[in-house]
Amino acid sequence: MSPEVKVIVITGYGTNCETEMAHGCRVAGAEHVDIVHMSELLYGERKLDDYHLLCLPGGFLDGDDLGAGQAGAHRFKHAAVKGSGEKVQEQLGRFIKAGKLVLGVCNGFQMMVKTGILPGLGGRYDRRDVSLTHNDSSRFEDRWVALTVNEKSPCVFTRGLKQLYFPVRHGEGKLVARDQTVLDRIQAEELVALRYADLQTGEPTMRYPDNPNGSPDGIAGLCDPTGRLFGLMPHPEAFLHRTNHPRWTREELPEEGQGVALLRNGIDFIRTELL
Amino acid sequence: MLARIQVGLKPAFSDSFGEKIKKRITGDLHLPVAEVRTLKVFTVDAGITPEELEAAAKGPYCDPVIQDYSLGTLALDWNWSFDWLIEVGFRPGVTDNEGRTAAQALEYLLGRKLARGEAVYTSTQFLISGKLSREQAEIIASKLLANELIQRFTIVSREELDAAGGIKPYAPKVTGESRGRVAEVELDVSDKELIHISREGVLALSLDEMKLIRDYFARGEVQAARKKMGLSARVTDVELEMLAQTWSEHCKHKIFSGDIHYENVSEGSKTVIHSLFDSYIRKSTNEIRARMGAGDWCLSVFKDNAGVVRWNPEWSLVIKVETHNSPSALDPYGGALTGIVGVNRDPFGTGMGAKLVCNTDVFCFASPFYDKPLPARLLHPKRIFEGVREGVEHGGNKSGIPTVNGSLVFDERFAGKPLVFCGTVGIMPATVNGQPSERKKAQVGDLIVMTGGRIGKDGIHGATFSSEELHEGSPATAVQIGDPITQKKMFDCLLKARDRGLYHCITDNGAGGLSSSVGEMSQDTGGFELHLDRAPLKYAGLQPWEIFVSEAQERMTLAVAPDKIDELLALCAKMDVEATVLGTFTDSGKIHILYEGRTIAYLDMDFVHEGLPAMQMVAKWEPPVHPEPALPAEPDLGRTLKTLLGRLNICSKEYVVRQYDHEVQGGSVVKPLTGAANDGPSDAAVVRPVLGSFEGAVISHGICPRYSDIDTFHMVACALDEAVRNALAVGAGLELMAGLDNFCWCDPILSEKTPDGPYKLAQLVRANEALYRYTTAYGVPCISGKDSMKNDYIVGGTKISIPPTLLFTVMAKIDDVRRAVTMDAKRAGDLVYVLGTTYPELGGSEYFDQLGAVGNSVPRVRAEEALPRYRALEQAIKEGLVASCHDCSDGGLGVTLAETAFAGGLGLAVDLRRVPAEGIGRDDLLLFAESQSRFVVTVRPEEAARFEAVMGATGWARVGKVTVEPVLALTGLGGASVVSEPLAGLKAAWQKTLAF
Repeated sequence: MSPEVKVIVITGYGTNCETEMAHGCRVAGAEHVDIVHMSELLYGERKLDDYHLLCLPGGFLDGDDLGAGQAGAHRFKHAAVKGSGEKVQEQLGRFIKAGKLVLGVCNGFQMMVKTGILPGLGGRYDRRDVSLTHNDSSRFEDRWVALTVNEKSPCVFTRGLKQLYFPVRHGEGKLVARDQTVLDRIQAEELVALRYADLQTGEPTMRYPDNPNGSPDGIAGLCDPTGRLFGLMPHPEAFLHRTNHPRWTREELPEEGQGVALLRNGIDFIRTELL
Repeated sequence: MLARIQVGLKPAFSDSFGEKIKKRITGDLHLPVAEVRTLKVFTVDAGITPEELEAAAKGPYCDPVIQDYSLGTLALDWNWSFDWLIEVGFRPGVTDNEGRTAAQALEYLLGRKLARGEAVYTSTQFLISGKLSREQAEIIASKLLANELIQRFTIVSREELDAAGGIKPYAPKVTGESRGRVAEVELDVSDKELIHISREGVLALSLDEMKLIRDYFARGEVQAARKKMGLSARVTDVELEMLAQTWSEHCKHKIFSGDIHYENVSEGSKTVIHSLFDSYIRKSTNEIRARMGAGDWCLSVFKDNAGVVRWNPEWSLVIKVETHNSPSALDPYGGALTGIVGVNRDPFGTGMGAKLVCNTDVFCFASPFYDKPLPARLLHPKRIFEGVREGVEHGGNKSGIPTVNGSLVFDERFAGKPLVFCGTVGIMPATVNGQPSERKKAQVGDLIVMTGGRIGKDGIHGATFSSEELHEGSPATAVQIGDPITQKKMFDCLLKARDRGLYHCITDNGAGGLSSSVGEMSQDTGGFELHLDRAPLKYAGLQPWEIFVSEAQERMTLAVAPDKIDELLALCAKMDVEATVLGTFTDSGKIHILYEGRTIAYLDMDFVHEGLPAMQMVAKWEPPVHPEPALPAEPDLGRTLKTLLGRLNICSKEYVVRQYDHEVQGGSVVKPLTGAANDGPSDAAVVRPVLGSFEGAVISHGICPRYSDIDTFHMVACALDEAVRNALAVGAGLELMAGLDNFCWCDPILSEKTPDGPYKLAQLVRANEALYRYTTAYGVPCISGKDSMKNDYIVGGTKISIPPTLLFTVMAKIDDVRRAVTMDAKRAGDLVYVLGTTYPELGGSEYFDQLGAVGNSVPRVRAEEALPRYRALEQAIKEGLVASCHDCSDGGLGVTLAETAFAGGLGLAVDLRRVPAEGIGRDDLLLFAESQSRFVVTVRPEEAARFEAVMGATGWARVGKVTVEPVLALTGLGGASVVSEPLAGLKAAWQKTLAF
């Protein structure tokens, strides 16, 4: 039997983009994709160790109460797996150490920064150095945005990609660093994998609405120094087919949506590096 | 301990929520405020140590990167400069979702469950800088920050806070009798007293109905049976509440099922209609289904919580649209939130249960710029607008269901009651465990299981309260706040239970709560036995009758075979969903309710469900006559067009649409906003319910209450036509097109309060006549619907009745979404066509309203002309011949041409002399008449010949061209240029009105 790329997509407690995320991973070539409810992890019926790519999809974990992803991150840290008593966070630590991939989108990205696995400065995955907070507009908005890829970033998901166009659908997407030193370091280490860009010029922008939330330096997505952990506010899984594009009836577009390429990068990386 | 934890953004960060509040204070209340800073307060009422409290503050309650916390008073710790502090928290018993999450986070931290009575409550502090008096601070609190029905507030000045050193902790805990009591009510009293009992108890029972109940309890065999159960001959409060709920207009639809003595004065005819529903709505659906024969795709209509259609051999689609008007009038946020999460439970509780695919919403408000004195108890329309918008935002977005289609409709009369329509589409496999998924049946001996949320005092009397007009005594308890996350967790769990075959039947707890859900399901078996003391409660102190009729949200009722119960309860426990066995479905013919082992209700099923005779009503139709407007001698058409584009009913609704997630689940094909800059107004939504398949669901609607002022027959005809043509405009087929009728009426029953009842009821009759005529004409059967019949406001001497309104919703199929069409002009050089004839039909139009008149020439639907055109358009789109297609509705052809142009970022040059028209000699009438069944279509020149061939002789004309120059250029009937407007100006006029 040829080796299979195994993907776990976690859902439950308010996650809601699991179906299209799983669909996207299959379209992008993953042989084995499981949508797993958080309770299955907590009951020890499934464990992260059995997978190569962990997807934390978008949604409203715990209704964004206490701040987006905050209560979910707290659950990862404190809720014990039945039987072993292990915390999900400990499984996650082992998963990261094994060099496996994590992709967090929107609420999943918020989870990643609030569990402290991003930005992972100095290889530490338990320290909260950045957060994602309310958009400057103080509104939830559904809006497609142009994105520019930082080609110098170690991010494995954005390799070879340049310009992307995905929707944002969030109220809390403005990145805030603990202090300027953290921000400087994130930028110096090229951990900013994706930036909001001016629709016309493709250059990173601070101008609303091209930058939908006021994120500094147009930061839309961050990776860790290994490039294997990646979180972003825009939704690649919302653009899997050209008919998802808001202007597909007036533009000549390739059949495949741009989100597939991003997911395929991760899956291909697993195939060459981890199998 | 009772302690407060305060959390706030570190002073270095700007507080965007505070900024938004400041903007509302200065903009809406016109009060001078320099800055608003917001803090979150957690009041912890639990047996924990100070160290544990600190850990909670530092851990889950505070984001260390951006927030500070204090166990004292954060504003003082920071030495923050402000003038007034307003703290807003919930009243006892009101759903506090964030408090629930905070309590759960505390449990993870402590490693134990909180005990009964332990809880965490949240409140919000607003630190306001501004030279305000205490009275002004109170205005801010009561008119903007808090709704006193569900919230309480504290106001302290900076000096007072300094002196006191902080605000004393307060837990809004429900206190009350812990022992359940059952009261008995003596019905052997005078008529006056019977009416008093009904009114005082918010029972909404008429005198005749009260007498029926009285007579039932006087029967010898009833008394004997009751005696055996230890009950007296007097009705218990539980029984009376059940009868009131089951017989309420809201649940029983007495107006639609009663006898109407109808006189049509203009035709000189008199008839008796036995049930409007049977005579028009059901009749139409039955006839259409018979016509379809073996191809009938209706699987379940009118009998379940939602309608079900066969989508393809593997899948069935389910759809329902509901209203939540009365609660939204009192608490717009909670009412609308409950409206959306409530209608979600309808498809979920249909057949064996459907996964939810998309939502729709249509709101009818008074102008947000309303500037006259408001009658008592009414909230300002802007506040209702914002509250409803936010409620649906939270309900839809947090449930992970895209809001794909909707409208905002404005009329001053909606100040009395706003209309909040919420719809949901679901999908289920055609078969579940080998059985058709649309079928379900509780079995004798099945256990009654309630899942999801707990029961509280929230939503008591919702069903009966919405069966009355809004009045001084309308109860605050009818209002509730939904909890989308608890519901989502339950849905995740029950879909697994469905697929494992763990229940026989499922329904939702909506209006009437357990009384309604268990009452309905027990009709499968012929009786039930229910133990109310076993129901899980949010807090102690509920009386048995309150437990029975509470409309506390997020609950489903299941019928579970005894041999499956352990597996079901284990699954629920694992997925963190509460599930409780409350009793058994029986075949005793009796409704048997117990509390702590004692019988507290014992009624015959027959009496409760069949005991109500048809209501007798009178209706009389005399068409009204309105003055005609004085038409301007030489209208400036460009300017008029811009004025119309900026009118509330026509202008861009992007402000609302952007704040709704319209593409979660990944199936979005035609979004609500479209065109070159993603901001043009789509006619309908196209969604792929199954990723990987190119079959699309088309969702659209029509609504035009203004036409009711002339004739509700044409109001309904136009709403229906609008829904159908909107669906066709994006590429839907007519073959699988289902309709939903949602009637919102003002009270049509003749009484002292409603002397014009016969006219209003005649309006309802005419509306139904039109519904029958046009659904059968187009072959669009209604598969579900709802009526809300008491949309009036009566306080003191003021009465406001809404204009009779029908929302017609369409769900249709497009075989291949890659053929879908959007409304924006695509390329310069494309040809412009107008399909359909324009008649001098301006009665009830936006143009006449702008001129201050209603008029009489209401648009008519000529189905026999429209149908061939619709079929041809469907074919043309299927063949890929149409570049853009946009329907003509509010504001007529002029508005449609302008929208087509600016959405595409391309000009149009159109010669009005070529537009198909009859009886029109003026450019303004041609441009702004609202004749039905018309479209503006653009076509590539190379496809023109084929397009024209497919359209055949269906009443269309080629009228102009798409141009590079960004100008709308119209040549008038006299041959001269009558409009030459740059697109930027037209678009700005359209966008600025609701750019909040």
